[in-house]
Amino acid sequence: MLAIPIASVILASMVTTLPFFSSGPLLPPFGLLMFLSWRLMRPGLLPVWSGVPFGLMDDLFSGQPFGSAGLLWSLAMLIVEIIDSRTIWRDYLQDWLIAALLITIVLLGGWWIAGLAHAAPDPIILLPQIILSILLYPLVVRICARLDSWRLAT
Amino acid sequence: MAPPPHRRPGFSRKAQYGLFVTYVVAIAGTIVAALLLTISVVDPAGFSALRTLGSEITAPVARVVNAARQSTQALTRNFSAYIDAASKNVTLEKELKANRSAFIEAQALRVENARLRGLLNISDDDPQQVAVGRLISSTASSTRRVATLSIGRNFGVERAQAVQGPAGLIGRVIETGPTTARVLLVTDSENLVPVMRASDGLPAFSAGLGNGLVLIKPLNMGESPFKVGDIIITSGNGGLYGANIPFARVIRKTSDGALGLPFADPANTPYAVVMKPYLGAARAEQQAIAPDGKTKEVAE
Repeated sequence: MLAIPIASVILASMVTTLPFFSSGPLLPPFGLLMFLSWRLMRPGLLPVWSGVPFGLMDDLFSGQPFGSAGLLWSLAMLIVEIIDSRTIWRDYLQDWLIAALLITIVLLGGWWIAGLAHAAPDPIILLPQIILSILLYPLVVRICARLDSWRLAT
Repeated sequence: MAPPPHRRPGFSRKAQYGLFVTYVVAIAGTIVAALLLTISVVDPAGFSALRTLGSEITAPVARVVNAARQSTQALTRNFSAYIDAASKNVTLEKELKANRSAFIEAQALRVENARLRGLLNISDDDPQQVAVGRLISSTASSTRRVATLSIGRNFGVERAQAVQGPAGLIGRVIETGPTTARVLLVTDSENLVPVMRASDGLPAFSAGLGNGLVLIKPLNMGESPFKVGDIIITSGNGGLYGANIPFARVIRKTSDGALGLPFADPANTPYAVVMKPYLGAARAEQQAIAPDGKTKEVAE
């Protein structure tokens, strides 16, 4: 049943619309974390092109220029696809490393894209968000694993 | 994690083509996303309808959660007010007595000011209030500092209206939906505000830094004239933001300006007042004379 991964990624994207107010970008991109953990935990469950629709959905809520996450998430998906074609076996730590790398790339890419359309702040303010997102990834993987066992049960 | 099962689909031509098609779709989708991005970079207002839809969908949940958050804050405030109530009462009464004379003085000044304005025939272009709402969410995971307001076109909120809270200036409206509006906060790098120092009217500009602070740059060159603790207010130059709205306090002096901490904290503001654009009528007349000339305003 694909409804559970799809709904979980979209709901995670919507987290940013809850009344969290931060002076800078601090809230981790939960949609991206959820998307990456589904992709890394269950390769082949989400199609290769799914980064585009999920990313565009995330753009509706994130405040970034429309198409920014659509492009970056799709590129992240293709990067994982390339990594998967080179490696035979991944373990959990390698998953975390790949996710950490992709989170950093996507957040910096988002900063760069926002800077194309508008005046952009110093990239150093992204550092706390990147660290927080990387540290929260294992938690999201656990949520994802619970949802996966639910998915397999239905 | 084992390699995915679909990687080598065997000798079936159909399965091989199916796999190939997913890659083609993925790359085509990426290109489409890049095109959409190009459009939204060239014309940032282009997809505002979609974003508005997004915030309209999630607004009900955000409203409920925000109401709960506000009442929790009120609860803790009420509880903490009881601690040390007696000594606080004494201090406050002392302050009240001290402030009373200052208040009377200010009242007299206000009357005198009004009389002088009457003598000089200065018409008061008072910034008028449009509606009162609340900030219900913000783009906490993006480098842009945009907040969502709980009211929209249903209360007459329009683009390019200033938004202020009880503590000071919050930002301005950049997109409106039926029941929500998006507010570009003063801390966004895109938001420039004409300001002045409250003590002597030293003119300056403020630009957001994206991290909750604003950079205040004086118009005249040379060494930074600011001191830590200086109070910055809006100057009203050029319209849009009214004059004398509390804006920020200088917290650090830099080589060519100062870093300021805005008075209005979006996380902690009980309400947000949407104001008509300051000197909006004069601006509209200017636009009427040069409708699509060099002075044409571009949407955010």
